[in-house]
Amino acid sequence: MLRTVVYSLLQLLFVIGFAPLYSGVLSRFKENIQSKRGPNILQPYRDLWKLFHKDEVVSSETTWIFRFTPYLVFVIPLFVASLIPVLTDYPLAFAFMGDMLAGGFFLALAGFFAALAAADTGNPYGPMGASRTRMVGFLAEPVFMIVFFTVSFVAQSTIPYIVQQKWVASPAAFFSPAHILLLIAFLMLILAEGGKIPVDNPTGHFELAMIDESKGLEYSGRGAALMKWGGQMKFLVLTCIFLNVLLAPWGLAGDLQPGQVLLAIPLILIKILLFTVVLVVIESSLAKLRLFRISEFLGAAFIISVAAMIASIFSTSAT
Amino acid sequence: MTGAQIQLIEGLNALTAGLILLTAFGMVATRQVQGVMRFFVLQSLFLAASAFLIGFGRSSIHLLALGAITIAAKAIGIPWVLKRTLPGDLYERREINQVINIPSSLLLALLLAIAAEFLVSPLLATTQDPVVHVNLPIGLAGILIGAYSLIARREALPQMVGILAMENGAFFAGIAIASDLPLIAELAIAIDVILIAVVIGVLTRNISQTIGTTEAASMSELREEPQPWD
Repeated sequence: MLRTVVYSLLQLLFVIGFAPLYSGVLSRFKENIQSKRGPNILQPYRDLWKLFHKDEVVSSETTWIFRFTPYLVFVIPLFVASLIPVLTDYPLAFAFMGDMLAGGFFLALAGFFAALAAADTGNPYGPMGASRTRMVGFLAEPVFMIVFFTVSFVAQSTIPYIVQQKWVASPAAFFSPAHILLLIAFLMLILAEGGKIPVDNPTGHFELAMIDESKGLEYSGRGAALMKWGGQMKFLVLTCIFLNVLLAPWGLAGDLQPGQVLLAIPLILIKILLFTVVLVVIESSLAKLRLFRISEFLGAAFIISVAAMIASIFSTSAT
Repeated sequence: MTGAQIQLIEGLNALTAGLILLTAFGMVATRQVQGVMRFFVLQSLFLAASAFLIGFGRSSIHLLALGAITIAAKAIGIPWVLKRTLPGDLYERREINQVINIPSSLLLALLLAIAAEFLVSPLLATTQDPVVHVNLPIGLAGILIGAYSLIARREALPQMVGILAMENGAFFAGIAIASDLPLIAELAIAIDVILIAVVIGVLTRNISQTIGTTEAASMSELREEPQPWD
């Protein structure tokens, strides 16, 4: 029992510690593939360090929401991280605190407060970005739901750990048409939720075209650092759900030995590195969609996820 | 062959089935003519992969030959023939205004896929073969979605790809139920498909040379040109 609590904390530290590295590697690879040198992979850590040592300026027109939001945005991904398998393939201490829907609701809560805070400042770009993120958000929501329902229908459970064991145990489920369709739908969802290229340009500095970035424009100092770090952790958590629960539940620690759990850390990092290469290829080979084409992109994701649901219902009723 | 190997082959075949359904959706969702063509080539490659897998699993030389013919005819032959016969600018075209816009088209394609699952479910009750359980509904879905894009597309080339996609779907369902189709029939079909491509290609080229467009929707009226012998 004590060990599972310790491993849970280790899991949180993993998410906190490696989230900036992940985004650093991602931006470095992206520049490399475009034949540029790119920033050091430790640059996000330096940015955070710099921001934490700067003064914070808060507009006198804002309310408590503006001050409260960075902490919420920082903490929420950690809640979700304690619900999902990050390092181990057996349930840890807090695994049964909530299921996948709870994780989805937590992330939605953080998004909701971030949108409120952006509208709170009165900066003209904030509410615009907030409304756009909400648009992407409500289009992404049904896909999230259908993916989760399909996965839990196949696994007969909504707890991520049990879902992941189900995929390992049966190759028939792993290779089923439903699985590949689900993976594609969830990948499209990650691109939309993480503000990646076909939906949003994370490196763009033009306020009128921003979707995700413009919500944090008013933050400075510690608030900006927490918002940034929280965003990176959210993306790492989504990646962990994709890789560990849905795509490749290998390389996770199988028993309670401390050595096993420590060994899992480099294995997971390698897995994430491979995924980064895929992401970079996607981001460099596609163009950003126009705003009203985003509904088509997520509509396609929805269609694919529903097709996955239908395929899984019919294949299980047949056998 | 051991049980694990058979299971692996069945699993990989199911994977290609999922990918074939995905490419069928992709053909409905793409605007660019070039993109539609690419999805078709991908779908043909997955079809060939499935034929190889089933042929290997059932040790049927016919299916292996079918896979090779599919790659030669559909993944290499047809794109090459069309590149030669059609003017290059056809490939760069996009359909700006569809008959039915793309999200609704995708929804309809989804409904067709669901209908396909419903329609084959009584047939599937007669067999326990997992390959048939995977291939038959998705093959039928491929046929229906191909027929849909034949109806709903405006440009000539995507319409033709619709016909070819129907053919792909039929093959995908067919290799699961009849693995010993005589080779001569397969060869005949493959050559037929290339001939279809040639005929449609030449026809499209003539149309586009004469009236400067290949939008089928704008060709709804007959007009008599004055002939030299009048």
